[in-house]
Amino acid sequence: MKPGFVLLASGMAIAAMQSACAQAGNLSLPKSVGAGDGFSIQSAGSGKATLYIIGLGQVMKRDVELGQTVYFPAGSLYNAGHYLAVLAGDAATESGSFDVLPATKPSNMTFLARPSRLPVSLHDGITGAVYVFDAYHNLITAPTQVSFELTTPSGTVQKRIVATRDGTAWTAMDSTAQQGMDKFEARIGEVFSARVVAQVPGDPCALKMNASQSGQEVQLVTDPVRDCNGNAVPDGTVVTFTEAYNGAQTNVDVPLKRGIAEVRMASHNGAIISAASGVVLGNQIRWEK
Amino acid sequence: MLKSPLILWIFLAAASSIGSAEAAVRVEPSNLQGPRPLPEQTGKAAVRDYLQAWQSFSAAFEQNRSDLLDPAFVGTARDKLAQTIQQQAALGLRTHYQDLSHDLQIVFYSPDGLSIELIDKVEYDLQLLDHDRVKTTQHINARYVIVLTPAEVRWRARVFQAVSE
Repeated sequence: MKPGFVLLASGMAIAAMQSACAQAGNLSLPKSVGAGDGFSIQSAGSGKATLYIIGLGQVMKRDVELGQTVYFPAGSLYNAGHYLAVLAGDAATESGSFDVLPATKPSNMTFLARPSRLPVSLHDGITGAVYVFDAYHNLITAPTQVSFELTTPSGTVQKRIVATRDGTAWTAMDSTAQQGMDKFEARIGEVFSARVVAQVPGDPCALKMNASQSGQEVQLVTDPVRDCNGNAVPDGTVVTFTEAYNGAQTNVDVPLKRGIAEVRMASHNGAIISAASGVVLGNQIRWEK
Repeated sequence: MLKSPLILWIFLAAASSIGSAEAAVRVEPSNLQGPRPLPEQTGKAAVRDYLQAWQSFSAAFEQNRSDLLDPAFVGTARDKLAQTIQQQAALGLRTHYQDLSHDLQIVFYSPDGLSIELIDKVEYDLQLLDHDRVKTTQHINARYVIVLTPAEVRWRARVFQAVSE
C-alpha cells in the first residue's frame, strides 16, 4: 500500500491554535505551534504508519491509521524548539519540520542584580538584567517590555522601561545620596522579582579633630565623621593619628566608635599632630601644653 | 574585546556515523548589548565550550545517556535534554545529531559577568533510529539561542533552544 499523507486542520479549536500549514511532499505540517497548544495532523491514504515527532526538547511516537486525524491535545508539546515530523509507512517515509514557539505570556524571570551593597552617589552603580521565560521555562524571544524600579527608603523612585532582545533586557541605575536599603525590582505585568540593595556611606569627606590635655597625655577626638552627602561613615572605619616630634613619628590607628575616633598620645610641647582616614587628610595641630 | 571584524573559522574533528565529521564555525563580530565589555579570552572560551556542548549532547542522544550532558549543560537546559533522552529510551529510539556548520554571534554579556548569550545559525544532520533501524536522515537549518553560565572551569549551557527564524 502506498501511503499518501495530507495534514489538514482538524477541528475549529485546534485549527485556530496552529499557524499556516507547510507542505512537504505529501506531508503538510503547521509551520509553528505555540508551546502547550493543541494541534493536529491528518494523513491521507490507508493502512498503518508510525508518526514520530523529534526534537531536542521532546520526542513522541504514535501508531497512526492513514487517512485519520492525529490529535495532540493541549500540553502535549510544550518545549520550544525545532521539531521534525516523520511519518513512516510500509512503503515510504515522509517528513517535514515545524517550530514550537514559546508562549507569549511571561510566567517567570531570572533577575540578575548587582551589587548587593555599594556606596552612595555612584553613577550607573547598580545594574540589573533579566531573562524572561514562559510557564514551560522556554525563553521568550519576542520583544517584551520590562519595567525596572529602584526605590529608596525615602520613597524616591528611579524607573526604566526596557524591551527585551533575544529574551533579555538590562539596565543601569545610579545609587542615590541617601544611605539605606533600596528595593530593586524587575516587573513584567504581574510577574516580578525584587532584590535588596544596600547603599552605604561613601568615604569620609572631611576630618576634624580637637586636642586637649588629659593628665600627662594629649586627648585627641574627631568630630563625627561623615561622607560628602552627610551620611555617617560606619563604625570600624579607621582613622590614623600621627604625632611628629623631635624627628620621631608615632602613628596610631583607631576605628570609629559611635561615629568618632579618639585616642590619647604622649604630650610633647611643639609636637605636630594630624589625622587621616583613607585618602582624606584632617586638620593639623601644633600642640602646646 | 571581540569587536574587530574578525571572522574565525574553526574546524572540529569528531567521530561520526553519518558522514562528514567537521563542522565549520564562523564567529561573527559581537553585537553586544550590555555595559560590560567582553574580554576576548572570555568570548573564545564561551564559543569553545558551546561547540563542545554539541559534541556532548550528540553523544548523549546517540547513546541515550543523560550523564554525558553533565559537563556541558546545567539547569533547565540539562533537565529538558535529559527528559528527552528518557523519552527516547522508553520508545526504543535514538537520534544522531551531526553539526555541519555554526554561524555564531555573542549578543549579550550580563553586567555581573555571570551569563553570556549566543545566537547560532546552525546546520546539522539529524538521523532517527527506531530499535536500531534508520528511519530517516534529515538536513536541518535552525537558529538557536544559548545562554551560558560559568561553572568551575568552563561555561555551561543553561538555555539551549531553537527559535523561529
